[in-house]
Amino acid sequence: MLTLAHFLTLGAILFCLSVAGIFLNRKNVIILLMCIELMLLAVNMNFVAFARFLGSLDGQIFVFFILTVAAAEAAIGLAILVVLFRNRGTINVTDLDELKG
Amino acid sequence: MPIVQIVFYAFALVLTAASVMVITVRNPVYAALFLVLAFFSSTAIWILLEAEFLAIVLVLVYVGAVMVLFLFVVMMLDINLAPLSEGFIRYLPAGVGVASIMATELMVVLWTRGRFDAAAFPIPAPHPQGYSNTKALGELLFTQYVLPFEVAGIILLVAIIAAIALTLRKRTGVKAQNPARQVMVQRDERMRVVSMKSEPRQDG
Repeated sequence: MLTLAHFLTLGAILFCLSVAGIFLNRKNVIILLMCIELMLLAVNMNFVAFARFLGSLDGQIFVFFILTVAAAEAAIGLAILVVLFRNRGTINVTDLDELKG
Repeated sequence: MPIVQIVFYAFALVLTAASVMVITVRNPVYAALFLVLAFFSSTAIWILLEAEFLAIVLVLVYVGAVMVLFLFVVMMLDINLAPLSEGFIRYLPAGVGVASIMATELMVVLWTRGRFDAAAFPIPAPHPQGYSNTKALGELLFTQYVLPFEVAGIILLVAIIAAIALTLRKRTGVKAQNPARQVMVQRDERMRVVSMKSEPRQDG
């Protein structure tokens, strides 16, 4: 019997994995962006599960908008990454400390 | 064990394994491909939750567009991977520690006192045959949520303009034609009327 807790647990595991990924890959901007996508997927999983178990479609509408914003975020983030690589020749986060006082 | 549970546990297992691979593999290309696998497995779980439209959108938009964009960027940039993966071992205890503490807290919230069990949230009956998730979502989206829908369109427009404006660059010294300049040309820029005295014909 699949209860709401099963689906929420799956979302929680995904979220924790992506938090761990941000810790582990804190040098590589591309993997960091992928971890953010994974985190959004975990949140969307919770929304879809609640939409099903509350019998309301509002959660699915919210997932729709999250997908839109996430696509825009990925496009702009990757564009910034390309410009960064063109100007600095690296995407290592530790090399990007120009704003440090 | 009913088929629904088998499907759920199988795809949940694949999803978790793919996520672990995303955060641990060294090569970003493999990470992107494992992320595709993760999205695909979660699509199956969303279909189990009767969110068919969003599942298809996830495949089309995420696997089809966003992940291909990721792969393009990863392959386009010539990245030296060695310095990027250093510190992996150093941050491993902190990352695993924080993640497992968070996971423990979430499990305590989710599984104690029956907050989210079948009594609190009864398992809903499946939708009747002929029910269209896409139609229901569309009706909601174009009536109650029409303003957020249009704002989402503006957000996508901003994303397009921002991505183009960020990556556009003017190259100097390129001998390409400028069609706008060619169309805008005036007569005076091409032709000069010289006034001079008429000269007698010179035979010979």
